[in-house]
Amino acid sequence: MESGALTPPARQEPRGDLDGCTARLRELLGRESVITDRQRVRTYECDGLASHRTVPAVVVLPENAEQVRAVVATCSAHGVPFVARGSGTGLSAGALPRSDGVLVVTSRMRRILELDVANERAVVEPGVVNLDVTRAAQPYGYYFAPDPSSQQVCSVGGNVAENSGGAHCLKHGFTVNHVLAVSVVTPDGQEVELGGHAREAPGYDLLGAFVGSEGTLGVVTSITVRLLRVPESVRTLLAGFPTTDDAGAAVSAIIAAGITPAAVEMMDALSISAAEQAVRCDYPEGAGAVLIVELDGPHAEVEHTFTEVSEHCVAHGAFEIRTAADERERALIWKGRKSAFAAVGRISRDYIVQDGVIPRTALPEVLRRIAELSASSGVRVANVFHAGDGNLHPLVLFDGSDPGETERAEEVSGAILDLCVEHGGSITGEHGVGADKVRYMGRMFTPEDLDTMQSLRCAFDPEGLCNPGKVFPTPRLCGETPGRRRGVHPLTEAGLAEQF
Amino acid sequence: MGTPAKETVPEELRRAAGEERVGRPGPADVVDGGAPRWVARADGTDSAAAILRVAAEHGMTVVPRGSGSKLDTGGPAAEVDLLLDLSAADEVLEHAAGDLVVRAQAGARLRDVQRVVARAGQQLSVSDPRPTATLGGVIATGTSGPCRQLYGGVRDLLLGLTVVRADGTVARSGGKVVKNVAGYDLGKLFTGSYGTLGVVTEAIFRLHPLAGERRWVAVRVPDPESAAEAARLFRVCQAAPSGVELDRPAGGEGITVCAELEGRVGATAHRAEELARSFERTLGTAAEVLTRAPEWWDELPHESGGTLLRLASAPADLGELVELIGRVEREHGVSLALRGAAGLGVLYGAVPAGVAPESVARLVEGVRAETGRLAGYTTVVHTPPRVKELVDVWGPVAAGVGELMRRTKERFDPEHRLAPGRFVGGL
Ligand SMILES: Cc1cc2nc3c(=O)[nH]c(=O)nc-3n(C[C@H](O)[C@H](O)[C@H](O)COP(=O)(O)OP(=O)(O)OC[C@H]3O[C@@H](n4cnc5c(N)ncnc54)[C@H](O)[C@@H]3O)c2cc1C
Ligand SMILES: Cc1cc2nc3c(=O)[nH]c(=O)nc-3n(C[C@H](O)[C@H](O)[C@H](O)COP(=O)(O)OP(=O)(O)OC[C@H]3O[C@@H](n4cnc5c(N)ncnc54)[C@H](O)[C@@H]3O)c2cc1C
Repeated sequence: MESGALTPPARQEPRGDLDGCTARLRELLGRESVITDRQRVRTYECDGLASHRTVPAVVVLPENAEQVRAVVATCSAHGVPFVARGSGTGLSAGALPRSDGVLVVTSRMRRILELDVANERAVVEPGVVNLDVTRAAQPYGYYFAPDPSSQQVCSVGGNVAENSGGAHCLKHGFTVNHVLAVSVVTPDGQEVELGGHAREAPGYDLLGAFVGSEGTLGVVTSITVRLLRVPESVRTLLAGFPTTDDAGAAVSAIIAAGITPAAVEMMDALSISAAEQAVRCDYPEGAGAVLIVELDGPHAEVEHTFTEVSEHCVAHGAFEIRTAADERERALIWKGRKSAFAAVGRISRDYIVQDGVIPRTALPEVLRRIAELSASSGVRVANVFHAGDGNLHPLVLFDGSDPGETERAEEVSGAILDLCVEHGGSITGEHGVGADKVRYMGRMFTPEDLDTMQSLRCAFDPEGLCNPGKVFPTPRLCGETPGRRRGVHPLTEAGLAEQF
Repeated sequence: MGTPAKETVPEELRRAAGEERVGRPGPADVVDGGAPRWVARADGTDSAAAILRVAAEHGMTVVPRGSGSKLDTGGPAAEVDLLLDLSAADEVLEHAAGDLVVRAQAGARLRDVQRVVARAGQQLSVSDPRPTATLGGVIATGTSGPCRQLYGGVRDLLLGLTVVRADGTVARSGGKVVKNVAGYDLGKLFTGSYGTLGVVTEAIFRLHPLAGERRWVAVRVPDPESAAEAARLFRVCQAAPSGVELDRPAGGEGITVCAELEGRVGATAHRAEELARSFERTLGTAAEVLTRAPEWWDELPHESGGTLLRLASAPADLGELVELIGRVEREHGVSLALRGAAGLGVLYGAVPAGVAPESVARLVEGVRAETGRLAGYTTVVHTPPRVKELVDVWGPVAAGVGELMRRTKERFDPEHRLAPGRFVGGL
């Protein structure tokens, strides 16, 4: 996994009655499911972003929803903060534990509870690995669309918390577009189902707001995901361009022609060379940029569009185009891209995986500015991105053993986010804010914006026990609601509607 | 209800909104049969915020309005102090064609937005709206058309939102880019919130390429079971329809199930023909390929003065849903016009005008009990005021979820001044 700048481990003033809480958890779950042994809890000190580390006080491994409910209720009763964790692949320190709290790990909740092909959906426990949903659905001709590069390990619960995307979210959307319901234990220890069997039910769309809330509104105990039909036809091409500008222009032309590819991925020269060294993906020799374009859908549509896409690539300077003839060749094309993050480890001792978004049309300008930043600071930056939707993953390379380099790399990495915000984009497209990017939230949102978002937080978690310190730079004290009541509603009076 | 100091209120509102933009209600300024005390028109975020600050100071109840086509949806409106009209905030502010994104004010008509983006060969994928529907109204009601089968609903297309809260605070969430996970997505929360959490003043939507060609494949079937089977076949077919709808006229024999295909010129017509032929093979029923949408496409079956219901079940239970509606019809001696998203299991049922309010209420209770057994729901979209006194238009929600909704409402509108009492659970 990637390394990064080391931030000193967070020390928290202990909150609540941790000892009482731990004792009760042991009674409820049994000793073997409640870990406090220093050696063992240390393995959970960080997620995929290893530069943030905190050793949790207690780790619990619940086996079912009822145990999760009991854990959360116990934490709540003892005033002890808790953090959920799936597979720990998150890249924003969202699952960073609390030294004064409980880490709720879902790795024992990996059952697929129901495969409802008639309704094109599956119900899964939160620890189920993303790819396992697709594996289970495939025999019926279905798959789970969100496909983060980490899909062989990351959990569906983590996907829900981060609203994860993948290469194919350009056409098929993010996790939020593929979740029909979640069962959640709210911070006061109640289990509720958000969303449900029937679509478009009246009421606030709490499900929509919950997805992407990074574990700050409750712990997910089951997820109903939408399954998509495996498309009739999939076509993949790899095109080599002299420069990223040429490749960017080709993407613009494809989009302007009214084509919505399933995926459009770009890599620049430095990331190509890293991938080449790591997995010998054999991308076009001498390319300043490669594009991977994938189309899916009905056969006739795909064939027609595929020719058009190739023409746009050629028209914008592609000097080599390869098309995948079969699944093996398709995998080969994707191999370089999918291994890109890890591959960079071959050419640099340390690196930061950045995740920012810009309007796609600003791509040439922003890449130029990143190159300038890199040149003036002497910090190398490799670029890998979801070119279709402007989601950049600049990989900022450095050597942490070299004094001052870490700071320089962090500066460049932060400056890239400023570029994104300056161009009307976002400080994160899929990795989330977590603990890592709270310091950047103020660059994108006003205090009023953040305060309004935290109103929702207060509705779910007034005590601030659920994954505190994530997403928001300054916690909001929820206090009592002013509740200047305006009398009983006539409907309630008539006994027709319940006033909750 | 609040008793605003009548002397200074109009003065202060005028200062906030502008001289011409505040007044007493006219004949068209009706909220669910009743007149508000004041009407103020906002032309943007700033004036909406200024108006809401005045309203907050005087403890006034406020109902926002787009074009007013759905103001009667919801529980009976208690006395409304202020109708906040957004139809003057009607600008399409930015169409970033290369990024497939549009930013507009909440009072902008969906139809105008479509016209602007169509020039660049793009569409906002919520189908053809009523001529008047505004973006704010579309968001607040969460209504989309048949094409949500493919593109998802309003919430799936909304990227960013500017709202003014009950106390006049302006807040934004989301942004101008399709991919963005910074902070909570309040757009989802506001979609379908019927003006009860805050006033939407600006929205950013993602767009899609305008289809080069459309075709409709229609089959007529005799009963609910075969309608459900037809809908299933459309839903799972590889032709990837953008809409799968059903139509059953009141008292009519037979049900039409129709799928919309859209895509590139040439390829789509071909796909439609293929689909029709494969349908004939599997179902043994003639399937027709149409070059225009059926007349009923995109239209709610509602009749003025009547009652419009929304009835839903899981998609695979569609047959039972239509079946149970038939049972309730027979039992109550009323026949409904039925239409809607067969692919999603969400239908509209229209009770004709002239049915006695007591009978309508009993019918709603009857059908609600039955959809409840299917883990579905029944809500009332339109109905005469008298019916609302007899039956809860929204229907029940699970206790835990209801409690979370109540807590959410209290945090956003602690004084219950925004459309009080009109939403689910009397919120
Ligand atoms: C090599 C690599 C490639 C990646 N590629 C992508 C990519 O293409 N797209 C993308 O979007 N992400 C990507 N990621 C990031 C990461 O894999 C995703 O964010 C993933 O969804 C995290 O899942 P997880 O199970 O590992 O969650 P964790 O890291 O364990 O947790 C992530 C967050 O989810 C919360 N959480 C976990 N489970 C629950 C639960 N049951 N209830 C409530 N909250 C919960 C945690 O509290 C935390 O805030 C990549 C990561 C790596 C290491
Ligand atoms: C594809 C499609 C098909 C349709 N078909 C039909 C049809 O056949 N028949 C039909 O009658 N309608 C139809 N509609 C219209 C739709 O049901 C609503 O009427 C419309 O979306 C509401 O817009 P409006 O501007 O009239 O809202 P209004 O009626 O003004 O408001 C509706 C609700 O939203 C609230 N609201 C309005 N603006 C805001 C705001 N800015 N901020 C917060 N809350 C606000 C109001 O308080 C009210 O509760 C269709 C819509 C679509 C998209």
